Amino acid sequence: MQSAIIVFPGSNRERDAAVALKRATGREPLHIWHRETDFPDVDLILLPGGFSYGDYLRCGAMAAQSPIMREVKARAAKGVPILGICNGFQILVETGLLPGALLRNSSLKFVCRRVHLRVEKTDTIFTSKYKKGDLIEVPVAHGDGNYVADAETLKRVEGNGQVAFRYVGEVNGSANDIAGITDESGRILGLMPHPEDATDAAHGGTDGVKMFAGLAEALAA
Amino acid sequence: MSTHDPKALAKEHGLSPAEYQRMLDIVGREPTLTEIGIFGAMWSEHCSYKSSKNWLRKLPTTGPRVICGPGENAGVVDIGEGQALVFKMESHNHPSYIEPYQGAATGVGGIMRDVFTMGARPIANMNALRFGDPSHPKTRHLVAGVVAGIGDYGNCMGVPTVGGETNFHSAYNGNILVNAMTVGLAASDRIFYSAAAGIGNSVVYVGSKTGRDGIKGAVMASDVFTEDSQAKRPTVQVGDPFAEKLLLEACLELMETDAIVAIQDMGAAGMTSSSIEMAAKGKLGIQIDLDLVPQREEGMSAYEIMLSESQERMVIILKPGREGDAAAIFKKWELDFAVIGHLTDTGRLVLTRHGKIEADLPVLPLVDEAPRYDRPTEPTPAPSPVSAVDYPLPGKPLDILKQLVGSPDLASRRWIAEQYDSLVRGDTLAGPGQADAAIVRLPDSNRAIAITTDCTPRYVVADPHMGGRQAVAEAWRNLTATGALPIAVTDNMNFGSPEIPRIMGQFAQSIEGMAEACLALSFPVVSGNVSLYNATGNEPILPTPAIGAVGLIEDAGKTAKIGFPAEGLTILMIGAAKGEIGRSIYLREIHGAEIGAPPEVDLKVERRNGDFVRGLIGGGAVAACHDISDGGLLVAVAEMAMASGIGATLDLAEEAGLLFGEDQARYIIATATPEAIEAKAGAAAVPVRRLGTTGGDALTLGSESIAVKALKDAHEGWLPAYMAAND
Repeated sequence: MQSAIIVFPGSNRERDAAVALKRATGREPLHIWHRETDFPDVDLILLPGGFSYGDYLRCGAMAAQSPIMREVKARAAKGVPILGICNGFQILVETGLLPGALLRNSSLKFVCRRVHLRVEKTDTIFTSKYKKGDLIEVPVAHGDGNYVADAETLKRVEGNGQVAFRYVGEVNGSANDIAGITDESGRILGLMPHPEDATDAAHGGTDGVKMFAGLAEALAA
Repeated sequence: MSTHDPKALAKEHGLSPAEYQRMLDIVGREPTLTEIGIFGAMWSEHCSYKSSKNWLRKLPTTGPRVICGPGENAGVVDIGEGQALVFKMESHNHPSYIEPYQGAATGVGGIMRDVFTMGARPIANMNALRFGDPSHPKTRHLVAGVVAGIGDYGNCMGVPTVGGETNFHSAYNGNILVNAMTVGLAASDRIFYSAAAGIGNSVVYVGSKTGRDGIKGAVMASDVFTEDSQAKRPTVQVGDPFAEKLLLEACLELMETDAIVAIQDMGAAGMTSSSIEMAAKGKLGIQIDLDLVPQREEGMSAYEIMLSESQERMVIILKPGREGDAAAIFKKWELDFAVIGHLTDTGRLVLTRHGKIEADLPVLPLVDEAPRYDRPTEPTPAPSPVSAVDYPLPGKPLDILKQLVGSPDLASRRWIAEQYDSLVRGDTLAGPGQADAAIVRLPDSNRAIAITTDCTPRYVVADPHMGGRQAVAEAWRNLTATGALPIAVTDNMNFGSPEIPRIMGQFAQSIEGMAEACLALSFPVVSGNVSLYNATGNEPILPTPAIGAVGLIEDAGKTAKIGFPAEGLTILMIGAAKGEIGRSIYLREIHGAEIGAPPEVDLKVERRNGDFVRGLIGGGAVAACHDISDGGLLVAVAEMAMASGIGATLDLAEEAGLLFGEDQARYIIATATPEAIEAKAGAAAVPVRRLGTTGGDALTLGSESIAVKALKDAHEGWLPAYMAAND
């Protein structure tokens, strides 16, 4: 399985993601710079955490307009799986690949701690190794993770079963405790928590391993 | 400027009449405004260390691992396998009081630049913070702003903030302390220095544009505060962590080439100190056309450009012909890159603006003939000891314990720590509160480092000599308690006005105590920073020689954290209990007395006990380890229980000195093999004592018990409740 990590100026968790991907797949992911307009065919595109372009506008809003994201959207239309973590999730909602928006945490403060998530959706390549209802422990590290959507969108997302992960307990004020959602096809996942930072016993937990192992298995080539 | 009279201008720039005369002798004519600004900045306490230099020399700065000691942007130590740690701690006290968010943020930005200037990628940030009394009307606002500023800058940079310490005391009501530390990792044969070389080589400016922020910041930070200190807000710099993240990546990319001769960040006194220091270290001249400096604002004068402390900027001396390669890298990262001048053989700093010479000064005298003061010192009188028997327990020990763990100086710092990304890079093995020092794994390896920041100002104020010794010993002990071998120190000397003999005496005695401890513990000082004039009117801060220190862990699998990991373990104390309660938290919080002598630090005992404990951890015999410090024995045990939720049953006499005394050189360990440890301790003549056994969900002492959860509620509750309350 070959994956590509899109690197924006201000990305800062690309290394964490690369380590997790390499550990699961045995292959070094490609790093694609934001100014590129094309890149080799890959089995998975990952948008990493960080502060793309400083996030001085709405988080992810600048990155959504970058040259590389036109190509990422084109690949998405062809069905290439996309995983957006933290800032990557923010970029996916800003590009419209995922519904809703991510606002400032309800506490108005950055929050970094391990949280519990409930797995809500297992019929995706990202979550196939989890069981529905599994409680997993994964860290969060964000200032803008408060998921919101209008009532109609929220109803649709819930009705379609697009919610992949929910927080157990209050973290950032997200509607319906949503921590991660997919698109309607289930080929695009965005989530605020960092499964890549829970893939090594030294991280204090390995509940993120199943996501990367599942991807490696589903996309083996 | 209010006047054109050079004498008055010099005064406005913090130069004394004698210093002005010395400047005239060097310049040999009437100086321009820009030149006065340059002298004022270079000869400020902040840049010249004129009051402290004579004393700083007493600190040991060499050792087998030291690659670069004080004098460069940061210290460098060899950790083997071709790797080096580059680290330093630096204050941003004055600006953080005036504008807490930007002051703290730019403090963090500045220290990270100091580290990556030398070729190291920052891998961890730490801090040491001191705030005023929680009841002071400004404290809550300052805590909120400082924490948000530190978090936003470090978080955006993708450098984990892995720990630190925070104290509250009324002596900091008018002058808070924000000391930030960064540790970076470099190849030991790829360290970059600041000495300019090569006549004719290009002087290059990279990073953000220069604006009018932070002008005269170094001068502001070299004076006490008065009632109108808020009027100094324009002297505070404004941070842009995104620009710094780009600068970091661009500099490291350029450093992978061989294009750089020398590199220096622009910190205090901006272009003035960076250009002069580089030229002075290379014993060369430097010619700069200020028209070529990238500028954010229109119509900036030579004076403003030279004195601006705009952030996220560097000066680089490039090898001939490498301008194109370097420019391409900075263009990729969308940063300014400008050749602004060249090195000369004149030994002079020559600045032009709009074709006119605005400054023409000899470089070496500016640095070498900077004033240096041997200021009068007055020793702190020896404190009268107090005895624990005169301050008996006023109630049940476990009730007192609960009160202590919920008191401002001992309460959990979770509210602070969770605003920092402590996990980015995926190598944080022990973050805030998990171990006595933060533990960070070296990338792609099984080695790790431990990092700590320590100082106990309530000891230093009572006995600066013992307090200085204790600050170093405690840092050494905290590293040891994780299993790390302590290797080197950075210091951040925060004191009041050096012009007051009693304050200068505190400084001198602290240095003497620190030097003794560093020598005895083979713990050289490789970098540091001095912040004086931390006073408002006649009210100085508590003397605060903050110590940052690093240690090396050869096997990341053999470390100790503080939480009791299992039931049925034996709890041992290593080291002897003497029951010293002078200057203890117990005495202050329970009896309202800030009196007595601080606990004695016996450096021989310190080393013996520490080496013993480190050996046990390395041998895999220790399930948890915590040093006994603030709050004493019972607080330490409670912290171990609260960290995991597993309780303990203790067999201890109910005496204040035993339970809450802060005697030094002590550790608590939990172990499954107590007999073996006792035998080893006996052979090594190290005192060891059984305290009890882990288990259950309560802490039991004699016939009394308290639920760990009840302790934890008190411990975790104070800071969030305090920050949520209205004034």
